[in-house]
Amino acid sequence: MTDILNVLVGLLLIGGALFTLVAAIGILRLQDVYMRMHAASKAGTLGSGLALIAVAVHSLELDVVTRAIAGVVFFMLTAPISAHLLARAAYCVGYRPCAATHVDALATDGASRPGGTSAPAAGERPAAGDQPAGGTAH
Amino acid sequence: MSWSESFLAWSINASLLVISAALVLVVVRIIRGPTLPDRILALDMLIAAVIGFIATMGVKAGYTLYVDIAIALGLVGFLSTVAFARFVLVRGRAGEEGGEGASGRPDGHDHRIEGGAP
Repeated sequence: MTDILNVLVGLLLIGGALFTLVAAIGILRLQDVYMRMHAASKAGTLGSGLALIAVAVHSLELDVVTRAIAGVVFFMLTAPISAHLLARAAYCVGYRPCAATHVDALATDGASRPGGTSAPAAGERPAAGDQPAGGTAH
Repeated sequence: MSWSESFLAWSINASLLVISAALVLVVVRIIRGPTLPDRILALDMLIAAVIGFIATMGVKAGYTLYVDIAIALGLVGFLSTVAFARFVLVRGRAGEEGGEGASGRPDGHDHRIEGGAP
């Protein structure tokens, strides 16, 4: 029984560390902010969450398990919120996505809403994002 | 020491090493990131990696109070990211479009004072 728990804790730790490494490589190698957010907010959260679950499995006490699960739930709730806030702030201020982003659903406000496949000149449209006060009204 | 304990010790050391490599990569992005949201995102990722590091140290030391430290650090990271997002929203782009290279934080503040409100 103890052997199984030790092996499970070790595998959880290695999995969390590998997810963290994948997130770091994604942050280093992807092209712009909006792509890097995928790596940071998904793989990074999963890595730290797996490490916390490893702590919970390692000490099978009720308070530690409860706090670790509360921490995992807290991280999984707050990581998308912070990533969304940062992405929205960066987009409203005027940081454009890079040229590899073909579909820019926020730039085409009234033109092609249903399909979303407005490929030509979606990245270079100066969609009124240069004034900083324009985005704070929501 | 049985085989499972030795496997656990090996996996703890390996995961500490891997998370350290991830921290180095994230720090490279913080230094090199061309815009301010890149740096904020890399700081958020740095905090997530440090949370994983602290949890691994909690398993290594057998001291479960590290979970509370990790939760507190996650709360601080979330609040700082929200505050930085608000700062980006009120600051504007401040003249940076990906070509500034490794300019540090005070440089950005100077640019904010020069061209923050177009």
